[in-house]
Amino acid sequence: MMDPVTERRMPVSPQIAVRVAFLGGLALVLFGIIFFRLWYLQVLSGAQYLQQANTNRIRDEVIPAPRGDVVDRNGRPLISSRPATAVQLQPQELPGDPTARTRVYRRLGRVLRMSPARIAHAYDRKHLQLPYAPVTVKLDAGQAVLDYIKEHQDDFPGVQTNQIYLREYPQHQVGAQLVGTVGEINPAELRQPRFKGIQQGSIVGQSGIEWTYDRYLRGRDGDQRVQVNSLGHLQGQVGTVAPAEGNSLRLSLDLGLQRAGQDALAQGMGLASGNGHGPPGGAFVALDPRNGDVLALGSAPTFDPNVFAKPVPRKVFRQLNDQPNKPLYDRAIAGLYPTGSTFKPITAMAALQSGLITPDTPIASPGCITIGAQQFCSAGKADYGTVSLREAIKVSSDVFFYRLGEYANPVASHPIQTWARRLGLGHGTGIDLPGEFGGLIPDPAWRARVDEKERQCERRRHVSTCGISDKRPWSVGDNVNLAVGQGDVEATPLQMAVAYSGIVNGGRVVRPHLGLEVDDQAGRLVQRIDPPPARRVHYSQANRQAIMDGLHMATSESGGTSADVFSGFPIPVYGKTGTAQHTNQDDQSWYVCYATDGARPILVAVTIEQGGFGAEAAAPAARLILSQWFHVQKQLVSGHSQTR
Amino acid sequence: MSTAIPPTRRRRSAAPDEPRLSTNPIHAPDEDAPPAPPPLLWLDPLLTLTTLALAACSLVVLNGATRDDIPGQPHYYVERQGAYFLVGLGLMVLLARMDYTRLRELKYGLYTLLIGAVLLVLAAGHATRGSTRAISLPFFSFQASELGKVLLVCVLSAIVVDRRRRLSERETTARVMLLALIPAALVIVQPDLGSGMVYVVIALATLYIAGTGWRHFAALLTLGAVSLTLVLVAAPAVGVTVLKPYQVDRLTAFLNPSENPSKQGYQQIQSKIAVGAGQKTGRGKQATQTKLNFLPEHHTDFIFAVVGEQYGFVGAALILSLYALLIWRSLRILTMAKNLFGALVAGGVVAMLMFQVFVNVGMTVGIMPITGVTLPLLSYGGSSVLTTLLAIGLLQSVYAQARIASTLKHRVLRF
Repeated sequence: MMDPVTERRMPVSPQIAVRVAFLGGLALVLFGIIFFRLWYLQVLSGAQYLQQANTNRIRDEVIPAPRGDVVDRNGRPLISSRPATAVQLQPQELPGDPTARTRVYRRLGRVLRMSPARIAHAYDRKHLQLPYAPVTVKLDAGQAVLDYIKEHQDDFPGVQTNQIYLREYPQHQVGAQLVGTVGEINPAELRQPRFKGIQQGSIVGQSGIEWTYDRYLRGRDGDQRVQVNSLGHLQGQVGTVAPAEGNSLRLSLDLGLQRAGQDALAQGMGLASGNGHGPPGGAFVALDPRNGDVLALGSAPTFDPNVFAKPVPRKVFRQLNDQPNKPLYDRAIAGLYPTGSTFKPITAMAALQSGLITPDTPIASPGCITIGAQQFCSAGKADYGTVSLREAIKVSSDVFFYRLGEYANPVASHPIQTWARRLGLGHGTGIDLPGEFGGLIPDPAWRARVDEKERQCERRRHVSTCGISDKRPWSVGDNVNLAVGQGDVEATPLQMAVAYSGIVNGGRVVRPHLGLEVDDQAGRLVQRIDPPPARRVHYSQANRQAIMDGLHMATSESGGTSADVFSGFPIPVYGKTGTAQHTNQDDQSWYVCYATDGARPILVAVTIEQGGFGAEAAAPAARLILSQWFHVQKQLVSGHSQTR
Repeated sequence: MSTAIPPTRRRRSAAPDEPRLSTNPIHAPDEDAPPAPPPLLWLDPLLTLTTLALAACSLVVLNGATRDDIPGQPHYYVERQGAYFLVGLGLMVLLARMDYTRLRELKYGLYTLLIGAVLLVLAAGHATRGSTRAISLPFFSFQASELGKVLLVCVLSAIVVDRRRRLSERETTARVMLLALIPAALVIVQPDLGSGMVYVVIALATLYIAGTGWRHFAALLTLGAVSLTLVLVAAPAVGVTVLKPYQVDRLTAFLNPSENPSKQGYQQIQSKIAVGAGQKTGRGKQATQTKLNFLPEHHTDFIFAVVGEQYGFVGAALILSLYALLIWRSLRILTMAKNLFGALVAGGVVAMLMFQVFVNVGMTVGIMPITGVTLPLLSYGGSSVLTTLLAIGLLQSVYAQARIASTLKHRVLRF
């Protein structure tokens, strides 16, 4: 039964009124707080939250651009790109929770047949370096794997599959040291001005031609801005910037000549092996002496650059890099050797131009002479009687050039050193390949410098010798050795080719280059690469002619150092053998020559480490290279000249 | 707010009638003469308008927010919410025409219904997202804990009215709190922390409006603090889990949401980004936070974030103003009630609405923990909509009865 009292109208007691007022006041305060909070969020910091909201929903996906092809002068491909698939981890979307992430790794490892620890290791190492770049864990995973991952995307948060491009080297071992490698840009490169504006994770050229012409070959990665929801599922495209394929690069290289050159080098090395030597390596360069176009440039031993198309396992790289013969090392531009007698034309030019001799000055060339306190002898102590320059070059008389070294030593201008430098020795040639070495032309100042260094080093480290130098002062003997390309002189095969070009072409010291022109995808010319000569040198044509005569006689007249090698060769050849002596090693075989049929001049330099006399290994290889160039029947002819 | 003034004003205006009432305190007005049939529909116009406006806002906001949620069915949520509103408004009108006072007799039945429904859910309910809160009915899954709020308001008010002369006794306070805590514990186990907290708030508000002494509240506060410490610190230490870890995480995540942005703090951060990104006038169709599902539960618990993002400060302020109006009208009806039971029922409803609005909006803007409390009328959900409309129906009934009572006394009520 209801209590009748409550049925009457309730008078609002003051107590209730106060309590209700409190409640109303509380509501007022709470509404005030909410309003101020909303004002703060939406009006005062709205712009910042809007920014966050926008980055929340828009994701940029890179569409990789294929790099441009590299072709030889006739359009045959040296480097091309092929599409491949990559399984990548996207750092922003991987689960932050370690156990959840391990689960993803484990699942992915099962699909990719990789150990989860390896995936984790690869990710951690890369992520540390480049925190925003996607980490590629597997290339060419196979369509089934990719489909599986896409269909089960929810099980693979942060795992994405991407179409990328890999480099391909259809010529395999031909030109291996030239092509270079590409790879993901590393933190050090990101800071370099040449890679300015490049995103983390981009593929850039890191060595060889790929490095030099990277900005043409690279192309521009496309960008797909997609709108995604919180699960990363695609909701639509906001905008797409199509990738722009890189431009293609045409090289001055002639692949036929390059292949022939590498074969010839191998055969020359084979000749040396036949003589009981085991040559560890060799190199050759073929230039167009008129403009510095590199027609072929090779180094032996070689390798197949396709191993570098994908990230190389450390073991494989170490195996290649640690081989005693160093196949990765481009001897043509980075092999520093004494040049032996191939240096003599340079000495001759210096002596002629500085007036020490005329082309017809006779100099007695007995088996041995004494200069200062030292005795200097010809190879095999051969006595050539009294000869002038042409004859001296033909037979490669050491004593004749010893004398020139002796005569030039007191001349204040150091003519031999000066002319060697003018013609391109002692500093880089400026070829469009990274990793070129400059070599050394010794002179009294250099000697003083290294002696001083040695003394400082000994003082600092309190040892009897640091091995930098033997602390003896410059002597006439140094100049005598230099005159025949021995002693401290160091030069690369490419430098010798450039120096000879300067003599045969009338004084243009060319800047050798592999790049010829850059074309866009439609085949239109973007950029012609035709660097002007580094320098012009001036000499009398009569002097040049005397040297050229000597070089020609050496290949064509009986008694010439390489006459037997070039016997029956239909094109006039101007060549000089060289035999560089090394302590505790077999002699190094050199040959530098120039030949022309009037339309297609070519300059070839060949060297074979521990190949013996110049005529023995290098000259036969050079003949093979010339044969290829002039379409002459190839014939491997070993010479018998025992001169340096 | 001017809620304190009307009673005084009304008393003054009602002065001529006072003697009759006080001379015959036993006489109930209805007993004097049989009541004239009340008007067909006597509703508080402002409260009704506010309710309809909020319902309209809910449909508009849902329409914009859920268009892409279910592929091929852009109006799925809107159509269902519209149906809930139609049913709910019908129930509200029916309740408004009833004399709420009769609910007093049914208090034990109502309480049994409440406990039974909650237990039934626990026993037979199906699991949604890790919690069993609902029973599947043919048309929609019914959340007993929501309806329980209205039932509890009636039950507790009736109990307090029964013991109105013994309010100062500790036993009264204890009994009321216990009656609320039993269902609260049962729904927290479901686990539905939000509704459990609403139950406690309803109990406290009923005691408060009835006039329970401050010392009781102080004691309750102390007890609450001690038990909270036990639940959060001591119980886990001895290996008893009262609150699930995610509940504790959610309760504490708002203090430092960026600490773990991908888990508990995630919703809070996404919600803040959504609200903030709305800026002054909102992003309209460009709204992405809620449309692209960065913010989960954007049609239910986080609907205010949708308002904030799509309509900006202007829209959020409009909605808040409607709630202010709703609460002011409810407080006004509280003071008009013809009897203590009416006042207490109105008080319980007001407390429920206020708590839900502030906790929900507070969690959306990042100043309150995430507790799974819906925003009355705006959030999508049949149980929530029906419960809120039933609660407003109770308020309308209190209003209507007050009007009838005053008409019978020839008094003019002003509002």
